[in-house]
This record gives sequence, structure tokens and C-alpha cells, in this order.
Amino acid sequence: MTQDQAKQIFEKILTGSSADALRISINDGKTSNVRFARNTVTTSGTAQDTSISITATFGKRTGSYSVNQFDEKTLTEAVKKAEELARLAPEDPEYMPPLEPQTYLPIHAQSPDTEKFSPDSRASIAKECVGMAGEKSLVAAGFVEQGKNFAMIGNNKGLFAARDSTNISYSVTARTKDGTGSGWAGGGHTDVTKLESSSISKRAIEKGIASMNPGEVSPGKYTVILEAEAVSNLLGTFGFRMDARSADEGRSYFSEKGGANKLGMQVFPEFVNLTSDPADPDAPGAPWGEDGMPTRKTAWIENGVVKNLRYSRFWAQKQGKEPVPAPANLILRGGNASLEDLISSTEKGILVTRFWYIRDVDPMSMLMTGLTRDGTFWIENGKIVRPVKNFRFNESPVAMLKNIQLMSKPVRIQNGPFANLIPALKVKEFTFSSLSDAV
Amino acid sequence: MKRRDFVKLTAASGAAFILPGSLLSRQAPSPQFSDPDLRVIADEALNSARMSGASYADIRINRYRNQSIATREQRVTNISNNEEYGFGIRVIVEGTWGFAASNIVTKEEVARVAKEAVLIAKANSVIQKEPVKLAPVPSYQDVWKTPIKINPFDIPVSDKVGLLLQLNQEALKTKGVSFCTSSMQIANEQKFFASTEGSYIEQELYRMLPSFTVTSVNKETGRFESRNSLTEPIGKGYECVDAAALMEDVRLAAQESVMKHSAMPVVAGKHDLILHPTNLWLTIHESIGHPTELDRALGYEANYAGTSFMTTDKLGKLKVGSEIVNIVADKTQKDGLATCGYDDDGVKTKEWHLIKDGMFVGYQTIRDQAHLIGETESTGCCYADSWSSIPFQRMPNVSLRPGRNKLTLDQLIADTEDAIMIKGRGSWSIDHQRYNFQFGGQTFWEIKKGKITQMLRDVAYQANTVEFWSSCDAICSADEYYLGGSFSDGKGEPGQSNSVSHGACPARFRQVNVLNTGRKV
Repeated sequence: MTQDQAKQIFEKILTGSSADALRISINDGKTSNVRFARNTVTTSGTAQDTSISITATFGKRTGSYSVNQFDEKTLTEAVKKAEELARLAPEDPEYMPPLEPQTYLPIHAQSPDTEKFSPDSRASIAKECVGMAGEKSLVAAGFVEQGKNFAMIGNNKGLFAARDSTNISYSVTARTKDGTGSGWAGGGHTDVTKLESSSISKRAIEKGIASMNPGEVSPGKYTVILEAEAVSNLLGTFGFRMDARSADEGRSYFSEKGGANKLGMQVFPEFVNLTSDPADPDAPGAPWGEDGMPTRKTAWIENGVVKNLRYSRFWAQKQGKEPVPAPANLILRGGNASLEDLISSTEKGILVTRFWYIRDVDPMSMLMTGLTRDGTFWIENGKIVRPVKNFRFNESPVAMLKNIQLMSKPVRIQNGPFANLIPALKVKEFTFSSLSDAV
Repeated sequence: MKRRDFVKLTAASGAAFILPGSLLSRQAPSPQFSDPDLRVIADEALNSARMSGASYADIRINRYRNQSIATREQRVTNISNNEEYGFGIRVIVEGTWGFAASNIVTKEEVARVAKEAVLIAKANSVIQKEPVKLAPVPSYQDVWKTPIKINPFDIPVSDKVGLLLQLNQEALKTKGVSFCTSSMQIANEQKFFASTEGSYIEQELYRMLPSFTVTSVNKETGRFESRNSLTEPIGKGYECVDAAALMEDVRLAAQESVMKHSAMPVVAGKHDLILHPTNLWLTIHESIGHPTELDRALGYEANYAGTSFMTTDKLGKLKVGSEIVNIVADKTQKDGLATCGYDDDGVKTKEWHLIKDGMFVGYQTIRDQAHLIGETESTGCCYADSWSSIPFQRMPNVSLRPGRNKLTLDQLIADTEDAIMIKGRGSWSIDHQRYNFQFGGQTFWEIKKGKITQMLRDVAYQANTVEFWSSCDAICSADEYYLGGSFSDGKGEPGQSNSVSHGACPARFRQVNVLNTGRKV
């Protein structure tokens, strides 16, 4: 769908509604993928869909209706149903009027080469990997996914924003035939020409071989080198948790006793800087948030100080603050070291490729549990010396950030149409609570 | 020619000599489908696939309706309805799967998309090493519906909102309660399946989940505690919404959220556990449900959900639990979230054992994988969460059979010297081969000398699947049976969601490792 087509639909719906306020969002996209396992292709396909969400408000009563059919009858009924729901809803004491027109930052999230990438090209990535794995007597399972997306948001007060994006991602797990070794690697980008698929396949295969027959290391607190993917896994919900309302209400790590929050407090070491920026050329982020509020470059943690928390429009008004939309993406400023530098600086420690099945244990301390997976190694005197069995951890990303000793340059971690920039970290006293036999 | 041989021949030859439904579908009178046009559209798709070279094809033309209502305190935070409609076509060409889907349900579009699926299959056939082989299935022409009494979409939104706000109000009456959120999710799938083997199947499924969370903030200590509802999602209509039971649970939840502040921190170490079914269902799901998925055991999920320690060489040989542990898979279970008449391969659903007298005896399978373990038929576990998703192996309802001897929860507690009883679903995590797991809960109760003595906190149990199920020494009898479940279980790439129920009775496990999860950072 083009911006003009979306605008036509949008304007037609606006004229057909009697609601006081009307917000419309349209998502149009095509995703295509190849999935392979056991060194052969498994399920693969493509899907095209367009959906529209209509949110109608009368006074302070709001209802939403979404459909994915665009014939006139369906759209007319969808508007009616949204209006019916709104009339049935009780008044919302926290209702905020629609935003006036806004300006949005341009994002770097589109590539014509990715749009043109064909089923044969996708299959060729899988074919090369399967060939490389077969040569080393490994069994590969992987996933190549390509997407093209258009999104718009608009309201009856003149707000209108639209964006186009493309994305490609590829990840693979290479396992030894005896089941004692497993290695993972992955990557993604807006632009398919920047996807280093051969190098990803090679890394996974090398890790798979290197991780064979792991030995046991007792659970306990260790210095760890967390690869960027592992750091990203642990920070997955961190941005969502930096919310002023839940902090002010006393139900978040960012709460302080007596109804205060941690804004302005030095919580982390001075070298910790966490920002978001939708217009970053290396990591596109969501250009709008709640109700179409534009996102801007925002410092969340600056020199270790909690600089910003998300303020919804309602909560900002109530607390006398400016609204701050949720992070457009996450950029953890790293250092100048390489992953190899992190390893070579470590006398004794554990290298973690990625984590798995992370769940909250205690939201107050942000304590989480999960497991290491697909490449866990013992480091001694600055070198990887042997593979070790996987661990279950019970640790908090807050403790991880507090205990950073060294950071690599950040790496792009693709997340659908958007991306984060996350470094590998050397972290002291990371808590592993038990061993897992899983390979 | 036997039907099985016929299917093999047509699948192997790829010959386009049979039009969909033209032969096998005449075996039985056609049922009354809600929209006869769907059959016409389906035939167009299947013909197009055949003519383009597919040896097998199926189409699902599906409509999904969802309603979501969310509240906090005396405010409605969301009322939204969602409708999605579209179709997905699977084809086998040169022994390789292809799939394509679109939201434009017309004869022209299904014909085009069928060809696109064929092109994808052809592109991928260059890496095909194991040509797809489908376990035979009879052709069916049938209509199946979740037996609901009250259509949840017929109940006015105002009634649902009213109930949720009442729950919140009730919770907030308890001193020390700071917040209460509540929500209601309703899902409806209308599915039409047709295949080149002559099946035409219409199904309509319903699922519901009313739930709430009560939170108590202690401003002096700066701590907060929550207690979620013990209500479970269920495959029923609005008749499952028992306002009185919800009200009773929210009152209890309010009291317990406040009690948690002064609960005794658990002493870490080995403890006997009594797991209430509101907690045990999730342990069954993670430690038995997932590792008995054949696609995982074979390596299909190695890059994401993981593989399984229950490898194919262990089938019929691995003792997973004690003699009293019997776990069944059942896609026909009453009120089950995964219950349906036919799976998305067009296979009629059934019940079978996964664990019998503690022994691992069965997998969950679909048509294209059954032969890889020498099975001649699928157990009917194929599911796609959308018209645009590719069907693959998903979990059926998986439940622990009740103990054979009469045993109530009260009797089990009275028979227990020193243990912790855990209720409700808390934190949960398990490794990618399903050995090592860690589960929390909603409430934890100390049992001493046959009696509940006090509430505990900061409890999580961590165990190895086989050690855990081997330590099970008591399971309550059928009158304590309870059906839990998950509205949303993730698996696959791209990720898909599945709803699945798990029944259980309270059960006792000996000397399980318990952690104290209290932590300051």
C-alpha cells in the first residue's frame, strides 16, 4: 500500500464517522520466510495482509474495532461497530483528547534490495548453510525471514504519519550429530546487502563444533562475557519497565519508598548510557508512540543517572511533566573493545552466546531466571579453553548493568522493522544457580 | 486399491488427474456448510495448485474474531474487537512444502496465491533432502463446533465491563490493597478446510479467559505484592463466567496480596511439595507437553523452541516418572482449549497416552512426520494460529490422570509431615531440551504435621524433569480434578500462538530443590 492509497482510505473513513474523535491506524505488509532443519527445508511461505484499526470516541467514551478487509461494506460496518463500542463504554476519567498534527523524524528503515529479494535468494542462504554444515558433519536448523511493511496513523484533528520499512533476518543453530554440541549465530538488517549470511552460518558451525562434549562447572557467581545477543535477551523488556506511572505507584524497580521514583538518581556506574533514537542511521526506531506522539532522541540513563522515564500523556499531565513516549529503540553505548578484547582481559570467566526462556521472578528487583544456550565456554587466562554445560541463571539486568567491567562496540540487533544497538559486556558476579543437561 | 495406496500413488506421482473432491468426497452426503461459496473458492484454489504441479494441496479459509476488555480500578483501559479473514494454501511440489496466504478471499486471488505457493515450493526444492511423505487420512466432510451454551459475543459489552469493575471494586475494599486490574479475552475461530484428498471440514471454536491481578503496595517498606486470579482460560462459551466464583476469588486474592508482605521467607533447600493443579498444569505443560512433541525430538525446532531429551530411541524405554504417573494427550477433552473435531491436516482428533505408568510411550505427531518414527497415522496435532500462518505440530490438551485410590486434598495434606503447598501460576522457565525447570506460584503455604501453618514467600522450585516426576508419590482422586491451561503458548518461526488445556489433581513430590528468590540489587 502506498501513502496516497492509505490517505484516501483514511479520509473516506473520517467523512463517514460522527465520532467526536477518530483515530485510524493501517498496517500493510508482506512477510516471506524459509525455515530449515535436519539439513533440509521444512516449512516456508509468504503472507500478505493489511489491517485497519478504528478507534472512535464520544465525549470520554472510547471503543476500537479492527478488520483486515477493505471493501466499502466492511469498512462502513467497522466504523459503526467502533462507534457502538464507544457508546457502550463508560467514561474514561483518564481520556486525553487527540493530538494536533505533529512532525516526525525520518527513519532509515527501507531498502529496495530487500524488497526485491526473491524466494530463490532466500533458499540460497539456506542451501549454502546446509552445505557448509553437511561438510562438517553438523545438522543445521535455521530461519530466514524477509518483510516489507507500511504503517500509518492519523486522526480527525489533522494528525497523519506514515512509514515504510523493509527487514531481513537470519539465524541458525548448528548441532553435532552426537547431540553434544550446539552453536547459534544470527543477524539482521533493513538492507539485505548488509546481511552477512555466510559469516553467520560459519560462526554457528564453528561454535557447534567448539561446544562438543561440555564439561561441568559448579553453579555460582562468575565473571561472564555476555555476547551482544545475550545482553539484548536480558534487556528485552528493560525499556518497557522504565515507566513513570508504575514507578510512582510503587510497583517497579524504579520506585522509591513513599511514592517517589528513581528519576535523577545515580543508579548505575558513570559509564552506563542508555538512549533511544528513531533517526539513528545504524538502528531505525519507531517514529511514533502512544496516540501518534512523535519519538525523539531520548537519554534514559545518562552517565549512570536515571534521566528519563516514560510518561504517558495522562500521567504527564497529572504529574506536571512533559509526556515522554516509550523508547523508539534501545542504544546502549558501548566501549571501543572487541569481543576478543573482553575475552583476553578475563582471567577466569564464562562466555555466553545467548539466553533462553527468560521470565520474571521478582519484578521489584527485576530478578529474572533463564538459561544459557548454544555456545557456553570456560575462559581462562584470556582464552576460551573448553565448552561448559549450560546454566540456569537467577539474575537481574539491573545487577548486570551495575556490574559491567568492560564493553565492546555496540552491535546491531534487528527487531522486526526496527533495531537496537547493544554491545557485548564483561560483567562480574553473575549468578548461575544450577546446571542444565540441555545441549 | 486400498485408500492408503491410492494416497501414496497420487502423492508420489504428482499427477493432476483428480479434481478436488470429485471422487472421495462423494462417499458421504455433504453436510450443511454455513457458506457454500467457500467450497467453490476452495475448489478453485485446489485446482489451481494441481494444475501448477502440486501433488497435494490444502486450503484453510478462516475468520477470527477476538474481543478484549481491560480495566483497572474503576476505569476501562481498553475495549476492542478484532476481525481477521483470509486464506492460506499449502502445496507439495517435488516433495517440498510451499505456502502462500492472502487476506483477499476471491476465486481469482486463491488461484493466484496457489501458484505463488507452488513457486515457493519449487524454489525450496533445491535444498530438499527428505521428500515430504504424508501419513494417510480418510477424507471427511463434516461440521464441528465447540459445544457452547452462550455465545460470548452476544453478551453486551456493558455487562462484561460491569462485572470487571465490580471485581476491582471488591478487591479495593480490602485494607492494604492498592490496585486491581481485570480483563476478559474472547476468541472465536471459524475455519473451513479443504484438501485435494477430498476433505471439506468446517469448524467453529470458542475460547474465553476472565482474569484479574490484585496488588498491594507497602509504602513503608517500598515493596509490592500481587496475587493473580486462579481462573483459567477454557474452551467454552460465556457460561464459563461464574461471577460468584470470581468474586470469591478476588476477595481471597485481596487478602492474600496483603498477607504476602508479612509472609515468612522460605528456607532454601530440599522440600516436599504439594502442587495444587492451578500450579501443576503449567509444570505438566512445560516438562511433559513440550518434550513429547515429535517435531522437537526430530530437530525441527532446534533453532528456536529447542529439541527434546525424549529422543526417538527412548520411546517405550525411558521411565520418566513413578508408576502412578499417567499423562494423556487429548484433542477431544471436554472444555479443552485445544479441543476440536479435526486438526489443520484434516485428521480426526483423539486421545492417547504420552506417559503410561511412568513410562514414555507416545509422541504428538502430524501427517508429514509420523512416518519418521514408523507410525502409520498422525495423532492429529497440526495447527496454525492464523489463516496466514503455516500449520505445524502444536500441543494438544495434555493432562495428568487422577490417582486410582480415593484421596482428597485435605487427606493429602493430613498425610504430609513437612512440605510446601503451591497454588497458582507464577514465574516459569525451562531449558530448550526440557530437563531443567524453575517454577514459582501465586501463593505458598507451609505444611507441618498434616496442617497448613503459615504463608511463605520468595519460593521457586527447580528440578530435573525425570527426577521430579519420579519423586511423585501421591496424586489425588478424580473429584479434585481441575482443568488449567494457557491462552497463548508460543512456538515456531515465525512465532505462533496456541491455546492448550491441562488437567490435574493435587499431587505430592518428594524432596524437590526450593530456592529463596528474595534479592536486593
